[in-house]
Amino acid sequence: MKTIIKIAWRNLWRNKLRTAVIITSIILGLWSSMFFMAMIDGVNENRTSIAINTYLGHIQIHQKNYLEDPKIDKTILDIDKVINNISQSSEVVGYAPRTLIDAMFTTAKGNQGVKLIGVMPAHEKNVFVIPETLESGTYFSQFKKPSVIIGKALADKLHLKLHSKVKISFQNVEGDILSYAFRIEGIYKANNGMLEKTQVFTKQETLTKLLGSSQTYIHEIVVKLKDIDNTKNIQSVWQPKMVSNAVKTWDEISPDMGYAQEMMSTFTYIFMLIILIALSFAIVNTMLMAILERKRELGIMMAVGLNKSKLFMMIMIETVLLAIIATPIGMLLSYSSITYFGQHGLHFLSVAKGLEHFGMSAVIHTNLDVSYYLGITALTIFTTLIAAIFPARKALASKPVDVIKEV
Amino acid sequence: MKVIETSDLKKYYNPDTELEVRALDGVNLSVDQGEFTAVVGPSGSGKTTLLNIIGGLDKPTFGQVLIDGQEITSFSENDLIDYRLHNIGFVFQAYNLIPVLSAYENAEFIMLLQGKSEAERRKRVNKLLKDVGLEKQINKRPTHLSGGQQQRVAVARALASKPKFVLADEPTANLDSKATTQLLDIMKRLNEEENITFIFSTHDQRVIDRAKRVVTLDDGKIISDVLQKQPEMQTK
Repeated sequence: MKTIIKIAWRNLWRNKLRTAVIITSIILGLWSSMFFMAMIDGVNENRTSIAINTYLGHIQIHQKNYLEDPKIDKTILDIDKVINNISQSSEVVGYAPRTLIDAMFTTAKGNQGVKLIGVMPAHEKNVFVIPETLESGTYFSQFKKPSVIIGKALADKLHLKLHSKVKISFQNVEGDILSYAFRIEGIYKANNGMLEKTQVFTKQETLTKLLGSSQTYIHEIVVKLKDIDNTKNIQSVWQPKMVSNAVKTWDEISPDMGYAQEMMSTFTYIFMLIILIALSFAIVNTMLMAILERKRELGIMMAVGLNKSKLFMMIMIETVLLAIIATPIGMLLSYSSITYFGQHGLHFLSVAKGLEHFGMSAVIHTNLDVSYYLGITALTIFTTLIAAIFPARKALASKPVDVIKEV
Repeated sequence: MKVIETSDLKKYYNPDTELEVRALDGVNLSVDQGEFTAVVGPSGSGKTTLLNIIGGLDKPTFGQVLIDGQEITSFSENDLIDYRLHNIGFVFQAYNLIPVLSAYENAEFIMLLQGKSEAERRKRVNKLLKDVGLEKQINKRPTHLSGGQQQRVAVARALASKPKFVLADEPTANLDSKATTQLLDIMKRLNEEENITFIFSTHDQRVIDRAKRVVTLDDGKIISDVLQKQPEMQTK
């Protein structure tokens, strides 16, 4: 076997340029597909992270069926028990009880249907980034009279400025339409145009007062956990303790987010597969050229006693050596570039608006799990092995008696 | 003791057609251990075909080949490869060394395939390369050796496996007269000192003159079989 490996290795370097070209192709193919996967993963992470930190959280609790039929009186049941359960968990970073009301935002420039969200500022700060990342204004610390925080997109659409006065109309629990004037205290940016247009925040105590109720309507509690991977576990622990309410994870609340991740993951594998298929054809082509050039030599080797299985092995080893040389270099190159752009980010400033519309930041931080490196290394070597079979079989077709005649 | 025995050996190309070619047409030949036999004849007379069939590289249309009493024409392709590995040494007209291996590694190659130990390989290959006068060229690859030197490596490779006999197809065809004389001296010495059986096809009169036995083929048939004993000649 040692001799077969030695011959295979030396055969590889007979035509240095050809070997270098095919090895470079494998390296570039691996790098481009790995980097693309890391970008897609970075986009997904980025989009998910923005959604979780701006409106989704990791877990949301509502009264059962609230999401299907969001009526004002469908508040979370046994609220004290629910909050007690949440606050006792060591996995929780923070929770934000919210009042949710459908409202109409009216200005001289136009109208916009919005979700008016009554928040407890101290709690919001533990769950969401909006309180800390206002583009302008303050977060419920300036006005004693009713005030709102609105999104940048809504401000742009309705030409609103900080401290402008707006009218917001909504129904109370009895179904009466109420209209109140609010000051714009702050304008937030969430890298999500749709969110910025439709989510308007006000203080929960203000909203309760305006609704003319002594009861605080808590329709939703958004929970942020220490570790996103624990979401399902926490859900399974909490749900039996909160039977009247629904405990849902972020990907259940926003299935499109989960589907997008699955879809992008599938696309990246398809992309990887296309690259590997293209590479395998390049490998087959190179090896066929190498074998046709050595047809006579291979026949002579069989004439003097090299059996077919060893000859087959020799060609397979020769082909796999290409992958064994190229794969670690490709992986190293991928790891270096993915780590670099993971730290410094890839800046897509020219398409920032478009990306924001889809809930993404213009700076993508590449990211790829270590399992991909291992999986793709195995996949590359497997593909090379498959690609080696055809040239190896072709080599076996050399008949000693025929090649000896070719002087 | 008979090493090779062929009986009624026939090899037809395109049989039963208008283009039928009778490369061998009923060849009966027996070769004893230690012979130094030249197979001669004009181009197309069947010399190479006969050597290929005796060497298990080709199969006859009809007839038998017995090597040490064992019939080999019914062997499968893989069995024939294994048989060649352990029993037959080959020297080809175009040398056919493995270009990526050194002279030493080329000579060692067949012993490696046979699974011989490193010590045994080293001892035999060094001796053979010394015998063929290449002890100073062992690390050179074929491209750095002359034609004559390459053919001497091929002889060393053919003998490394301790074969029952060596088949050499036109071994001197690509060599100049000096290299031809050197190669013949080496083969002759190995034949006489180690009793190695050589059968070679040739057109070269210098080779024919050194052979102990000359078998002449024409149109696939043996037309003469002469034992040459220097200085006198003897008909078998």
